Amino acid sequence: MLDFDLMLRIYPFFLQAAWVTIQLSILTTILGLICGSLGAAARLSRHGYLRMIGATYVSLFRGTPALIQLFLLYFGGPQVGIQLDAFEAGVIGLGVNIGAYMTETMRGSIIAIDKGQAEAARTLGLSSYQAFRNVVLPQALRLMIRPLGVNINALIKGTALVAAISVVELTYTAQRYIGSTYKPFEMFLLSGLLYMVIIYVVGKGITYLDRKVRLT
Amino acid sequence: MSDAQPFVEIRHARKNYGYIEVLKDISLTVERGQIVAIIGPSGSGKSTLLRAINDLDPLTEGEVLLEGVQVNKTLPHRQYEKHINEMREHIGMVFQHFNLFPHLTVRENVTMAPKLLKGISKAEADALAEEQLAHVGLLDRIDYYPSRLSGGQKQRCAIARALAMKPKLMLFDEATSALDPELVEEVNLVMKKLAEEHMTMIIVTHEMDFAASVCDRVLFMDQGYVVEEGPPEVVFRNPKEARTREFLRKHLGDAT
Repeated sequence: MLDFDLMLRIYPFFLQAAWVTIQLSILTTILGLICGSLGAAARLSRHGYLRMIGATYVSLFRGTPALIQLFLLYFGGPQVGIQLDAFEAGVIGLGVNIGAYMTETMRGSIIAIDKGQAEAARTLGLSSYQAFRNVVLPQALRLMIRPLGVNINALIKGTALVAAISVVELTYTAQRYIGSTYKPFEMFLLSGLLYMVIIYVVGKGITYLDRKVRLT
Repeated sequence: MSDAQPFVEIRHARKNYGYIEVLKDISLTVERGQIVAIIGPSGSGKSTLLRAINDLDPLTEGEVLLEGVQVNKTLPHRQYEKHINEMREHIGMVFQHFNLFPHLTVRENVTMAPKLLKGISKAEADALAEEQLAHVGLLDRIDYYPSRLSGGQKQRCAIARALAMKPKLMLFDEATSALDPELVEEVNLVMKKLAEEHMTMIIVTHEMDFAASVCDRVLFMDQGYVVEEGPPEVVFRNPKEARTREFLRKHLGDAT
């Protein structure tokens, strides 16, 4: 049977770990959104070389395991002069990785806006930037909330990977307490439940945001 | 510049999509205040010609001039952008599918461009919106979003949006083709009103009745050529070309 007593005694330590996971998630989301915006801008650029840089970024980071990217940065980094602590490496590694997915999400939402929209704006005399900023982007932003939510959902679960570079977050904490309790089922269940709570709250937030700005 | 200079002039317009020639050496002039209908079967190049006038579909060869100023200049990117945006402020366009901005209200649709490009104040923008929407009979929908408008109302809003920039020339690309039959008339009425106000208009249309009653000239296009042109009473009643007769025989039948 499950040792509920143990779970009740130990869960405050897991709450601390959950806070680390939340911090990781927030910072990674911010970095991902920055990388995604830059990536999408490059992918949609008028200039061929920028489009190529954007495409290379996406295929590189989506084409290799995030864990390898983290190991490269954290363990391989010092070899080429990049010294980061585990938390920093986690945020940067995961952020740049999810940014590649967000690039495609944002690009997809932008090109999904009917070409007639930009055309109508251009015929009124707006520059391509003004047409993008005032007509295409406001519609694309509404469209990208849900798919970005999917990216963020994946990212939150993806933070478990940084346990492998010894960031003391939910997954690492579970492993650590298994060492002293010998109760892997309870420990992983506890961290799993906390991931679920975080994801549930974020999911609700995304749904709320999407409903609020949706064009009827 | 002489007074004899035409208002709109198209010189030897050609356009290819790869090996397909959609416009084959078209030249024409439109005088100030004239209303010109372009008719013809689908695929004849009439929309492409219209969209070449404001360089939305750039020509492969040839020139478009508005009041003697070339619209489709070849310039480095930045200079071209500046030039074409200035030209387009004078050329209003209305699309088959309205292309209203769904995230903006009717008022904001009308005032967005003047606000951005002419730096008018909020009070001026409101006055402009009210003036233009009253003109097309849509004042009671000023704070609606486009999704709540009927097709006819959407198109009237799109016309008001174009007119808010005070264009010298208006281009209509099948403005009533996407409308339910009972909503066509309200848009036609607005266009007739513009005609009475001597707005220069170039109208791509499938509505022969409308072309006949409103336009000064009719151009019949087929396979990238202007096959025939003249006053509507001549083109419709007494066409010279066999292709025109053939087209009209098919289309006048179900027009009324």
